[in-house]
Amino acid sequence: MAEAERVVRRHHDMGGLPAGPVEPVEHAHAPWEKKVDAILRLLVGKGVMTLDELRRGIEELGPGAYDELAYFERWISSISNILLEKGVIEVAELGAAIEAARARREATP
Amino acid sequence: MTVRPRYRPGQRVRVRRWDPPGHVRTPFYVRGHRGEIVRVIGPMPNPEDLAYGRTDRPPVPVYRVRFRRRELWPEDPRAQEDTVVADLCEHWLEPVGSGS
Amino acid sequence: MSSGGHHAHPPKQPDIEDGPYSWHMALTDAVADLLLAKGVITGEELRRTLETIDAATPARGARLVARAWCDPAFRTRLLEDVNAAAAELGIDAGAIPILAVENTPELHNVIVCTLCSCYPRYLLGAAPDWYKSRAYRSRVVREPRAVLAEFGLELPDHVRIEVHDSTAELRYMVLPLRPPGSEGLAEEALAALVTRDCLIGTAVPRVPAES
Repeated sequence: MAEAERVVRRHHDMGGLPAGPVEPVEHAHAPWEKKVDAILRLLVGKGVMTLDELRRGIEELGPGAYDELAYFERWISSISNILLEKGVIEVAELGAAIEAARARREATP
Repeated sequence: MTVRPRYRPGQRVRVRRWDPPGHVRTPFYVRGHRGEIVRVIGPMPNPEDLAYGRTDRPPVPVYRVRFRRRELWPEDPRAQEDTVVADLCEHWLEPVGSGS
Repeated sequence: MSSGGHHAHPPKQPDIEDGPYSWHMALTDAVADLLLAKGVITGEELRRTLETIDAATPARGARLVARAWCDPAFRTRLLEDVNAAAAELGIDAGAIPILAVENTPELHNVIVCTLCSCYPRYLLGAAPDWYKSRAYRSRVVREPRAVLAEFGLELPDHVRIEVHDSTAELRYMVLPLRPPGSEGLAEEALAALVTRDCLIGTAVPRVPAES
């Protein structure tokens, strides 16, 4: 990639770049992945957020997270950031809710 | 509000070579290149507004624009006349004169 | 769900399935719990939406294609408005308009989303991982013949390949050509020939050779 192109081409905007072979990978979606999808559909359907806000949130995760996180990990990261931005949820209650979710999980063998 | 589309199918356009920050749905690989309007999709909410939660802004005309792969990547040796179609907002397009 | 591909390798599973309870899984449960507690969404809505997600499979797209092959008037309506044509068969194709791009003996269509991974999910179900991969998104616009060859699909030079990059709120499905040798088949048997990859454009329907 030319120097000028490296400056202005965003990380997610990859059409036409060289890359390796297309690995024929796929997997059946786990329940938590479907839950992320369902949350997004409901929030978009209710006008709480837009699909382009989801996309912007994913783009703003930055190159490292974009490549390291699994697909629905990127989604829930973006969704939670957008909901925080909008004040739909707050940082402290999210912290407590994550702790509660973990505790619930540990309590069920 | 109705927005009258500026272009019609068959017209030649060039994609602006802009590189703004922010959320943009015009892929880098078509910027600065010439294509042909295939179809008017119609006025749609502008993704550049929607990405920041602004859902009350006027819609913009969106077009299906066809590019020859040889126009996009002239350095590629392949002879086949393959094409790419992308869906682009009107403000990213400028007219191309009949001579170019 | 059947993979429906022509791949030589068994599917790999890069995402977490039965692994430990990750931070992102906890975040997902936490966000859902807060949205439920605040009344932004209800438990009933969440259950129904999960059912909708499970109901969408490539079999829906295959039914549309098979009907279009058997009924020219339906084919015309499908090319005009996929969502309305799907509704005729009792299929909810969602709110985002879907456009059917029709293969001909001179034209082969392929769909991609280079900027993220837009896919006709309401019609075909979840996108396969490879569709969302950096390799597919980067390469298929520039070297479609090489990418299709990796899927085992070699097209003659006189067939133009058109790649559709889903950059706006419009989704695509490929309407493939009815394969030679399928003349005697009924609609249901025809639908069975239409795999998910045929609807993306990385495969074409084939009638299995008699064994």
